[in-house]
Amino acid sequence: MAIDSIKDKAAIVGIGVVDFSTDIGRTEWYTACQAIKLAAEEAGVNIDDIDGMVKSVDDGPDPTYTGKGLGIDNLLYHSENHWGTSAMMNAVHAVAGGLCNYCVYYQTAHRASGPEKCISDFLVAREFRDDSLDMVRYDYFSPFGLIGEPGYVAMMYRRYMHETGIKPEQLGWVPIVASENAARNTNAIFFDKSITIDDYMQSKLIADPIRELDCAPKVDGSIAIVITTPERAKALKQEPVIINSVASGYALEGQNYTSYTRDVITDLPEMENMAKELYRVGGMGPKDIKVAMLDDTFAPYVPMQLEALGFCGKGEAPAFIEGGDKIRVGGQLPVNPDGGEIGQGRFITTRIVEAVRQIRGTSTNQVANTDTVLVASGAGGPADGMICRKE
Amino acid sequence: MVMEYNPKIPTLRPYIDPDNQGFWDGVREHRLVIQKCKDCGLVIHRPRPMCPRCLSTEREWTPSMGKGVIYAYVNVIYQNAGYPGIKAPYSVVVVEITEGVRILANLYDIEPEGVRIGTPVEICFDDIADDLTLPKFKRLNS
Repeated sequence: MAIDSIKDKAAIVGIGVVDFSTDIGRTEWYTACQAIKLAAEEAGVNIDDIDGMVKSVDDGPDPTYTGKGLGIDNLLYHSENHWGTSAMMNAVHAVAGGLCNYCVYYQTAHRASGPEKCISDFLVAREFRDDSLDMVRYDYFSPFGLIGEPGYVAMMYRRYMHETGIKPEQLGWVPIVASENAARNTNAIFFDKSITIDDYMQSKLIADPIRELDCAPKVDGSIAIVITTPERAKALKQEPVIINSVASGYALEGQNYTSYTRDVITDLPEMENMAKELYRVGGMGPKDIKVAMLDDTFAPYVPMQLEALGFCGKGEAPAFIEGGDKIRVGGQLPVNPDGGEIGQGRFITTRIVEAVRQIRGTSTNQVANTDTVLVASGAGGPADGMICRKE
Repeated sequence: MVMEYNPKIPTLRPYIDPDNQGFWDGVREHRLVIQKCKDCGLVIHRPRPMCPRCLSTEREWTPSMGKGVIYAYVNVIYQNAGYPGIKAPYSVVVVEITEGVRILANLYDIEPEGVRIGTPVEICFDDIADDLTLPKFKRLNS
């Protein structure tokens, strides 16, 4: 148990989103600077006042490039975290602990068209253009042709099917609702119209039981978020979104997407541990959450997260998602009203942007009276997340 | 043979280091051995520097019967979702062996459409290249 010092001590005061594309035609350096500039303008913070920069080590140009591009002359805090949106924790701790005043979290990744990053020198990694392959840690899988995330997740999902009895006709509602929400979201570049269960059932099995529609497509994008203290936020342009709690989660025998050696492989215990800490620090529980921004990089993680985060009981998620009514806007727990990563492309920071918009009341698919949003990332591996609330 | 390899695209090799060498040496000699803690007796896979239960670095390689049941599996259908050197469709299985650990491998004699969780299997070895042997599983007593 950690101390509660970060509760309500940081706020999101600006977001900058560069239009998503599958062929953005600019460098990552360009779009990283562009997103930060947009976020600072939206917040009403001068670029010169930005004194902290954080990002995931996996994506985009580091602060030496973005700082240079933006003419930033000093940073009191800089840090690169790993996994999901966990660099948000660095930003929260930095401003709450007084290490800096205005911290920018940014994610820039041109996965559809852009440079391959963090890639091993194996031919296959190039073939897949997959920046997540790490041949050293995954060498107990790769000689057997289990390579790449759809396959890794398919193994967990197969076991989840066995344990819960979930059918494709049930899981299909995750991408169906994502497509409905994406069709409403003018910023989402996939799904001009919603799909049906027949479309889902006809979707190609790529790594059985994972279908093509279960996977978030690759996209080019860049997002920046400005974080400061609630006190400083009072002088800025936007109504602040308070970060009620932020936490990470870890568990025994974990490995990204491939924790096949733990007793039960379908529980997402990292998410369970993260959720316990989020709720404890924030003084909230699952029933207090109005909107859930869940990691839908791969559709099967959505029902698993609903269980791990306490939104339904163990084994109840297949029925919870079936038909989509409970997870649509207006339902018991709207999930990813922006269309998620399935609808917008594989880009984790979109979840934070939608959390901010829901609390501001400016989403393209607004849930009435949203005052709390839970954001979760890192399903199938080290997890991180936060609870955002209205001031 | 249910796996078809393309000899022009070499199969990816395991990264052998001092922690896992005993396992891969055993595979090359067609023996399945599992890491065991000399102090508390915990059987561990995949191999690692110390016992996660008692933190002892005293390790040994204990022979396994190589029998177990299929715990989970994936059928790689779309070639680009698998490895280009192995012709799709093919199966990858996680087998829980009787010693209590789980081992990931391919199947020797079960076609993708016939794979089921719970099927009893036993270890066999496939010398797929001069310098590479991989463990595989086949139907028990087949």
